[in-house]
Amino acid sequence: MLDAPAAAPALHARRRPSIALRLTLAVTLILLLAASAALWSAWNYGIQAANEAYDRLLTGASLQIAERVSVADGEVLVDLPSSAFELLSLARNDRVFYRVIGTDGETLTGYPDLPLPSDVGAAGQSAYEATYSGETVRAVMTTRPIAERGMSGNVSVVVAHTVQARIALARDIATKAAILVGAAALAIVLLAWFAVRYALAPLTRVERALLSRDPNDLSPFDIETPREIETVVDAINRFTRRLDRRVSAVQSFVADAAHQLRTPITAIRAQAQLAAGEESPDRLRRINRRILDRSVAVSRLADQLLSHAMVTHRTDAEPRELVDLRRIAIEAEQETRRFADADAELPLLDLPEEPVIVAGDRFSLREAVKNLANNALEHGKPPVAIRVTAGGGSARIAVVDHGAGIPPVERASAGTRFRRNRAASSRGASLGLAIAHEVAVSHGGELQFGDVGDGGFEVSLSLPLVEALP
Amino acid sequence: MIRGLVVPVLLALLATSPAARADDYDFPAKISPARTLTIGSTTDIGIIRPVIAAYQKANPAVAIRYRELTTRVLFAEAQAACAGDKPADDVVLSSAMDLQVKLVNDGCAATVDRPGLNALPDYARWRSQLFGLTYEPSVIVYNRRAIASWEAPVDHFALLDLLRQPERFRGRIGTYDIESSGLGYLFATLDDQRSSTWGRLIEGMGRNDVQLYCCTSEILDRVADGRLTLGYNVLGSYALAQAREKPDLAVAVPSDYTLVLTRAAYVPRQAQNRTDAADFLEFTQATEGRRILNDEALLFSPIDGAEHLFRELGASGGQNRTIRPIALGPALMVGLDQMKRRLFLKQWRDSLGIGED
Repeated sequence: MLDAPAAAPALHARRRPSIALRLTLAVTLILLLAASAALWSAWNYGIQAANEAYDRLLTGASLQIAERVSVADGEVLVDLPSSAFELLSLARNDRVFYRVIGTDGETLTGYPDLPLPSDVGAAGQSAYEATYSGETVRAVMTTRPIAERGMSGNVSVVVAHTVQARIALARDIATKAAILVGAAALAIVLLAWFAVRYALAPLTRVERALLSRDPNDLSPFDIETPREIETVVDAINRFTRRLDRRVSAVQSFVADAAHQLRTPITAIRAQAQLAAGEESPDRLRRINRRILDRSVAVSRLADQLLSHAMVTHRTDAEPRELVDLRRIAIEAEQETRRFADADAELPLLDLPEEPVIVAGDRFSLREAVKNLANNALEHGKPPVAIRVTAGGGSARIAVVDHGAGIPPVERASAGTRFRRNRAASSRGASLGLAIAHEVAVSHGGELQFGDVGDGGFEVSLSLPLVEALP
Repeated sequence: MIRGLVVPVLLALLATSPAARADDYDFPAKISPARTLTIGSTTDIGIIRPVIAAYQKANPAVAIRYRELTTRVLFAEAQAACAGDKPADDVVLSSAMDLQVKLVNDGCAATVDRPGLNALPDYARWRSQLFGLTYEPSVIVYNRRAIASWEAPVDHFALLDLLRQPERFRGRIGTYDIESSGLGYLFATLDDQRSSTWGRLIEGMGRNDVQLYCCTSEILDRVADGRLTLGYNVLGSYALAQAREKPDLAVAVPSDYTLVLTRAAYVPRQAQNRTDAADFLEFTQATEGRRILNDEALLFSPIDGAEHLFRELGASGGQNRTIRPIALGPALMVGLDQMKRRLFLKQWRDSLGIGED
């Protein structure tokens, strides 16, 4: 007993991450993904914006230079405007390169090894990236056609600068975007936290309702539940209902059993007292005979009560298996024979060729049939038969005798519960019927009563038939 | 070793270093072991000496080899060093801002990240690689005996008016021969870009038979002793230094606009002693360095040199003057363009009325 607390945690439901934690993780993951995507596109956008802005500088400068290209004495002259370079100086810390190419492809002035674009357009501008002087440079080439006396062709002006200012601008844009994204993410996390709490509030309500409930209160919960956990609450309610049923079944069983057993045991005691003061051997033998009879009845009653309790228990607890009713009939017949008096009548078996399969609990079914058979043997008229039939989607196992059976008035209520105010002899009968009824209902079938054509009576369990497996 | 002793290294001619010449000055370290800082410069040793002395006082373990070269030679050597063909100096300091910009633009400089240099105004910094260390106006000098103070040219328009006087200035005006003087060429191109008077001014000077010189000192000497009456676009730092000693030499800072040159320095990528080089640059703009630039060397500092400059001039404050510091940046490269240079020189010659050689 001292070790009991140590073992207790194992009984708890397995701990899994809470819903709030799952939601938090999911939201965080989504946010991380979204934020990464946002930053990535912000960086790309920054580079694009910086390139657009600074390409305009390059284009402007190259246009200004191209404008100052003139022809004098058959020579192309370029009078570099300082404004072009002042424009380029707007990218404060970038190195600047330029190159002017004449009509014959010769470098007129500037850096003669400055790279040209791979595809040279006829006229207009083309912007491109290249590596020059050990650094990445962005360049714009402006091509201008000239046509003068004795000279015609294209003059190209290439203006390039390093990309420091672009990267700085892109980084600036991206940083600002990152700050925005970060702030938004933080706000979203905060709001998500509130949302999660709000969404999970019904669970807390259910939890509180469960905890605050009186342990003896087994009535269904009547609380507002969102659709998502309706099934959970329904399951809890079903569970409590079953528990309630079980508890009341046990209670009434105990009451019934006490009542049922007390009367015959009192009678046995009275007989025994009588025997104690009796001298006559004849009378003693009679008394002894009565005690023996009563004892047998009590023993059978106890057996039935236990069987009933067992059946009730198994109804909720045992898994279903595929059972052949013919086998149930044979087993029930065997058991009946085992416990019967040597001179007693025995039930006959009336079985079909084919198996009759139902899904159920073998023990419960056997008990039910055994009880019906015992009832028939005890209260009906022989010959008694156990008959198995199948048809119309249902399987039937019936016990037939040739007595009058249960009066038609009582048939409707028969089996629901044995009555206390009946004669002791028929108590066993109604308890047997109760067991059979319980088994039939718990197997999704019913207990049926019927008169047989040639003055007989039939009690049968009608159960859903499972098509025989090939 | 005696403090401040300067030893022209005649023996260096025999030494293995191909860079050593008669114009190399060695300032040995005051304590050993010594590190050597090599400075390639266009600045007269006489003018820069106080700066070097103060630097060595603060950094006694640094020996300085100061190589004084002309702008073109210094540029050629720096370019060769940049290409890896020659050993590099640790500091390259030149008044030819345009050439310095080109060297840095061509990727020859190392980045120097020193807080002391961040105080420099924007025009005196480029890419954290090129730093303007001085604040030197281009000025008009004249001989007090020849031009009275009341008719002294206070701006470019006044100078134009003076030049209209027939015969008075014939052969008595001096300025740079911009074909041989890099500094003169730089001033001329900037004058051309920034003022409307430039064309008329060189025409006026051409009419008056302007005399052309390679160097600032030649103009200053001649104006001081009266051989010339007026010198145009002279480097103010040298003029002020001379004016301290020669009472006839007067310095005028035109009030309509004044170009201000800043000697530009960078640390070459291949420099051996980058740390001391950066220290040296930073030192020139620290409190002690600025004091020497402003008060002793008369080179002035871009950070706070303006007020010292005008105090030295004895002129009214700089409020109503238009000071145009030449900004370090790619715009200076325009003048270096070969075709541009050819066109500009042709225009200059045509205006002065001198034929092609």
